[in-house]
Amino acid sequence: MIVDAPPSEATAHRFVGRKRRPVEDRRFVLGRGRYAADITLPHLHHVAIVPSRYAHARITSIDASAALALPGVLGIVTGPQLQAQTKPLRQYLDIPGVEWFPLAGEIARYAGEWVVAVVATERAIAEDAVDLIEVGYEPLPAVLDPEAAMDPASPSVHPSHPSNVLYRRTFVWGSVAADFAAAPRTLTTRYRWHRSATVPIETFAVTAAWEPGSALLDVWASVQMPQFPEQIADALGIPLNGVRVHFDVDVGGSYGTKRGIKHAVLVGFLTRHFGVPVSFVEDRLENMRGGDMHGPDRIFDVAAAYDERGVVRSLRIRTIDDEGAYPGRSPLQMGKPVGAIVGAYAIGSVEYEAIAVTTNKTGQVAVRGFGQAPTNFALELTMDRIARDVGIDALEIRRRNFIQPEQFPYVIPSGTAYDSGDYPAVMTKAVDLAGMAELQRWRAAARAEGRIAGIGIASCIEPGGGNAIFQALFNDNDKTTTFPEGCQVKIDRTGTISAQIGVASSGQGHETLVSTLLGEIFGIEPDTIRVIHADSLAGLPSQSPVASRMAIVLGDATVGAARRLREQMLRIAAHDLGRAPDHCEWHGPAVRAKDGSGERTWLEIARIAHLFYHRLPPGMEPGLQTQFVIEVPTGGTLPTPDGRVQMYPCHSFSAHVVAVEIDRGTGKVTFQKYALAHDCGTVINPDIVRGMVMGGVAHGIGAALYERFIYDDDGRLITQTLADYLMPTTHDVPHVEMVEHETPSPFTTMGQKGVGEGGYMSTPAAVVCAINDALAPFGTRVDHVPVTPVDLLELLQ
Amino acid sequence: MSAHAVTIVVNGKRMERTVPARRSLADFLRDDLHLTGTHIGCEHGICGACTVHLDGVPVRSCILYAVQADGAEVTTVEGLSPDGTTLSPLQDAFVECHGLQCGFCTPGMLMAATALLREVPHPTEAQIRDELGGNICRCTGYQQIVEAVQLAARTGAAR
Repeated sequence: MIVDAPPSEATAHRFVGRKRRPVEDRRFVLGRGRYAADITLPHLHHVAIVPSRYAHARITSIDASAALALPGVLGIVTGPQLQAQTKPLRQYLDIPGVEWFPLAGEIARYAGEWVVAVVATERAIAEDAVDLIEVGYEPLPAVLDPEAAMDPASPSVHPSHPSNVLYRRTFVWGSVAADFAAAPRTLTTRYRWHRSATVPIETFAVTAAWEPGSALLDVWASVQMPQFPEQIADALGIPLNGVRVHFDVDVGGSYGTKRGIKHAVLVGFLTRHFGVPVSFVEDRLENMRGGDMHGPDRIFDVAAAYDERGVVRSLRIRTIDDEGAYPGRSPLQMGKPVGAIVGAYAIGSVEYEAIAVTTNKTGQVAVRGFGQAPTNFALELTMDRIARDVGIDALEIRRRNFIQPEQFPYVIPSGTAYDSGDYPAVMTKAVDLAGMAELQRWRAAARAEGRIAGIGIASCIEPGGGNAIFQALFNDNDKTTTFPEGCQVKIDRTGTISAQIGVASSGQGHETLVSTLLGEIFGIEPDTIRVIHADSLAGLPSQSPVASRMAIVLGDATVGAARRLREQMLRIAAHDLGRAPDHCEWHGPAVRAKDGSGERTWLEIARIAHLFYHRLPPGMEPGLQTQFVIEVPTGGTLPTPDGRVQMYPCHSFSAHVVAVEIDRGTGKVTFQKYALAHDCGTVINPDIVRGMVMGGVAHGIGAALYERFIYDDDGRLITQTLADYLMPTTHDVPHVEMVEHETPSPFTTMGQKGVGEGGYMSTPAAVVCAINDALAPFGTRVDHVPVTPVDLLELLQ
Repeated sequence: MSAHAVTIVVNGKRMERTVPARRSLADFLRDDLHLTGTHIGCEHGICGACTVHLDGVPVRSCILYAVQADGAEVTTVEGLSPDGTTLSPLQDAFVECHGLQCGFCTPGMLMAATALLREVPHPTEAQIRDELGGNICRCTGYQQIVEAVQLAARTGAAR
């Protein structure tokens, strides 16, 4: 198992950056993944939900007598019952009067909100029972448009709260007023990012079993959620050490959305209430209309101040975000973009107003990029508007405004330091890869034939690391500055290595990440290293695998643990050789005396540590095991009173070049070319990095052209099946050419940065910029997503 | 709910069970036979995660009833490997190309692509994209899936 592969020439690493088959893939292709819906327990019962038929209604009666008479039905629980015995679910803003529970109480606040939960021996029987439950409603006026909701005369979603505006703050970073006053040119523009989400193919699933003998709640869930066990414990009034969330569950996609806190609290309540294990696997309708998984739903008003050359001096950005009925963590998605508010551009001052509004729709949740895809869309479209105004092209406007490679670390007006990058070089790589001159000839030829063709360019900063300090930025009472991640590593008496991580994975390849890094540090073949997912009681503190953070924080926790064990092994070997530790050194996977007088192999050291206490250095604990928990690099500091903050530590970058053609007859957009250049610092696994970027591009194409949660005038979701809510297929995602660039981060052990979100952040902007280039000869443009064929046909008429 | 005796050959093994008339083939495979490799994503025939072979033809097991498969042969993802451990050329190519991430759509993708390679041993990229057009993947953007099928075609996946 010990290898002595020559280090890769490019990286001087044995395993990091080299082709390696992801560990997880094997079980998935064999059909041996273990997802939450696959968990079976004796006497497992199943849940189905009665949803509200109205967007806003007083619940006047619930008659479940027929349902309760159905054989196989164990019972039902209503909102008032549940609310009397649980605490409200956590919201991250201080919003008195806005209480969120898994089941509606007296008032239902959106169509699809859960009103009654039924527990039965089979899901099919629970669904039969749902059909037999009669709920009486007194409909109330609903508010669906976020701007209308800001009007004090509009219906109140939460009458106990002073208004439908849940959060409103204006940040001013730098001399915005003076910069606007002095600027030769200004423009204002408005954008609309309609409600969509990353919609995993696996719906949310959770199984819970309460064991009264040990007062322990076991939970298996398809979850990607910070503070998930804590929130279950708080809501159910169980000590935190009485909740055990099993993270050895494969999660069938998440991309931010698999939060499921109300699902888990409901099922946790039901298993305690009925005394049987309970499982809830959302069906697609429950997921789409009431699963709390819709993404940002925003209106942007942007003003820019710039000179005749298109050099941007200042921005004013106002964001109105429709959180739906229960905001949860979603308003913080206006906070994360603060850490990259000027994108890749050296813009000197910014005013940023963030407004969170509640409406009668399902609650919004985290989606890939945590709010930055919409913000980057607004920023990049604004750059194109400025370019047109001053008469330069989309490439030149970006080159004139890019932060330059010699300026790093570069502190943006909102207080975040970007760690490293070379934006002009990456952009040049993208343009070269795309073959810009050839594309321009193609466009000219197409237009000469009367076709509608355009080229779009967009870039984005992808912050990684998950320093979730936006919690404190948006809530003065939240002083949390620790967003940890940990790794435990053991070497057993036979020398084999195992590691425990305290998170579930939803496709990111964390087992591959950890075993690759351990292999690198130890000089051991990574495929021999076992990585397991601990449960929340056995595992170390974790902020969960969000925010493109795991390569950074789990990666460096792993490296830290491995280095500690290497140091311990060296001390054991030195003692056994009768030498001082500084007279010994690692030589491959063995420790040698520097004078060549002897060595101890990996296996010998492991056996000494586990079996031969008499040969251990005095006082050393037996065995070879350690744990390492890290805080996010550059984290640990609260925001300043004026809202300056060091958000994430590492900043990846990508540049996309897209050529599209719009069919004059159908309005359909097709891709002539999609090329991108990408820099996430040191690449650990090339196939995983590529997959993350490609998947983000596909999500971005969905957001740009297809996906939207549309509500009718009565507030009912009309795109609630996958036949109505359109997700890109193999026909809709083009072949994407991609080239890497590596600017290592100074804040990580290997120079790695995050990679999970940049594709999704850049693509909607790049696609719409290409569409607008195609529309330019017609004197029109689009300023929203998704851009549908109907939108384009209307504009072209 | 009426109950019906069914006999279905699943991955080469003869299975005799009694099922309610309304039980889907997907639920039958997962709940009655504990073959949880077949995944359920939408239950309305769009996403393709539940794709299995019915007498050699790819079908959506979520919109078929188990009783409709009575007397038929069904192959699921668990039946692709000859011994449950050795990877088929297509499975191996998916790992080699990392044509998956979370693994949830993967069984359906593998079943659709296996059927394609059986019919068209050396498909073009357009043929691959056409055949997989009914299977939605949210992780990969499809590119590494297409490459995996191309690799499997080169290494002789058609069995």
